[in-house]
Amino acid sequence: MKANRKRLLPLAILFLLALVVWLPLWTLLTGALTPTSEIKERLSGVLGASEGLAQWRFLPDRITFRHVVELLLDTPEFFRVFWNSCIQVFPAVAGQVLVGAPAAWAFSQLRFRGRKTLFRLYIVLMILPFQVTMASSYIVLSDLSLIDTPWAIILPSMFSAFPVFIMTKFFAGIPREMMEAARMDGANEWAIFLRIGLPLGLPGILSAALLGFVEGWNAVEQPVTFLKTASLLPLSAFLPATTVENAGVTFVCAVIALLPAVLIFLFGQQYLEQGIVASGIKE
Amino acid sequence: MMQNLSDKKPRVGRAHGRREALAVLAFLAPSLIGVCGMFLLPTADVVRRSFLSAMGDSFVGLENYRTVFENESFRLAVGNTVRFILVCIPLLLLFSLGSALLLYRQKRLQDLFRTTFLLPLVVPVTSVVMIIQTVFQKNGLLSALCAAFGKAPVDWLNSGHAFFVMVTCYLWKYFGYNVVLWMAGLAAIPESYYEAARMDGAGEARCFFAITLPQLRETLFVTLVLALINSFKVFREAYLVAGRYPDSSIYMLQHVLSNWFSNLDMQKISAAAVLLMAVILTAVFVTQGVLERQKEDE
Repeated sequence: MKANRKRLLPLAILFLLALVVWLPLWTLLTGALTPTSEIKERLSGVLGASEGLAQWRFLPDRITFRHVVELLLDTPEFFRVFWNSCIQVFPAVAGQVLVGAPAAWAFSQLRFRGRKTLFRLYIVLMILPFQVTMASSYIVLSDLSLIDTPWAIILPSMFSAFPVFIMTKFFAGIPREMMEAARMDGANEWAIFLRIGLPLGLPGILSAALLGFVEGWNAVEQPVTFLKTASLLPLSAFLPATTVENAGVTFVCAVIALLPAVLIFLFGQQYLEQGIVASGIKE
Repeated sequence: MMQNLSDKKPRVGRAHGRREALAVLAFLAPSLIGVCGMFLLPTADVVRRSFLSAMGDSFVGLENYRTVFENESFRLAVGNTVRFILVCIPLLLLFSLGSALLLYRQKRLQDLFRTTFLLPLVVPVTSVVMIIQTVFQKNGLLSALCAAFGKAPVDWLNSGHAFFVMVTCYLWKYFGYNVVLWMAGLAAIPESYYEAARMDGAGEARCFFAITLPQLRETLFVTLVLALINSFKVFREAYLVAGRYPDSSIYMLQHVLSNWFSNLDMQKISAAAVLLMAVILTAVFVTQGVLERQKEDE
């Protein structure tokens, strides 16, 4: 009996914590499927339409897909915002890999003077919050007349130090002897990188890409600062004014915003975790 | 740069050395050019501007810094940011370490819990904001819960409570990230250490303080740094929930800098950015130094 309790207590604590994650997400999901009349009844206080307190139900009395249909068919605005997110995030992540992977290869596999200092500089850049470089980045971007274009988001993100850092950690795990052998056989450095480095370092590249995606998909500061035209704003910086009438659609919007990230997460969780762990391996 | 690169370690012969040096340049150049253009030079420019007058033509010494220090909202924001960091980071580290210890022993359902805890990390800000509003608005779910216990509803977002809403939001989002970090740290401790200690009759608690904690020191440094980086990102939720001028309890440095930026207050924002940069870097290097010295003491 006592041994049993000792086993169950940790499990109970973990379940409670898991509940803290699941309940809010569940509320979003059920909110998206709740008919407007029921939302009115239960959430009008939250939406400023009355003074009544919110009520929570595990399941709505009735389930409707009306809001989903409404969002998909009658809300072109949503598609624009979603598309904005895509054209800002995917090129940025692709750029991070194209620019970052060779750099990470150099940091991890090639030996040159100043390597450690330079890498430390990347770490410092990685730590600084956006607001520190905000003003000067703005000046650079406006000199290039990129303000108010998707490039204002893509370009700085492409050169972000974080993916280089993550990939360097991964590539460092590839034994250098392998490269020396290839060099003896007369392979040039690019060939070594492309034929040995890329295949062996793929988990690192995927990890960096995943973390980069999560970061980009959640960007608020950059779009709000570097984009002026409201129609260019991505999903992450877009908040429709929620009223009782459109609350259901807003819930659907929040759920759909969640989908790409969650899907990528479920398929790539191991890489995401490896990426997180890699950020923890000390130099 | 070139000259630095060309005299590298002659381990495989000179001709090869030159070839590798050229390769280094080719591999690094795109990233270096971008990093210099986008971050390094602009940051240097910020430092320069922080000593210049509004027109950017005359040197004013520490004048801008004085203006910043005398600014009321800056002081409020520094206080709030420091308070936020001092409350959040210890809470996050303790909670996540505790859970990682529980989860590490839990062979059954471990994957399910890990996935669950990591999930908030990928939940987009927009969705988080939606949740915050449903739960924490005056008539929201938390107030409803309070009412069930006979307490009056509270406007959580527009009062001093907003601070704790943001703390909760931060913990919710980054909890799993840290659990994964701690678990990796725990996995790296050789089981033989524990076996040896148990042979000597050490109990659970003794094992924890004598083996687990010291062995987790390197993990601690990284979790600290990442927790600090991430603590600046709650601005996103704060901004989307409460806009540019939220309740004064969550008016953070990020708000001040953004607002000065929109008012094109270049001197103030430059001086504040330099200060922030200096403080963060000092904090990181001091922590690193302390942890390294402890290691040497052993």
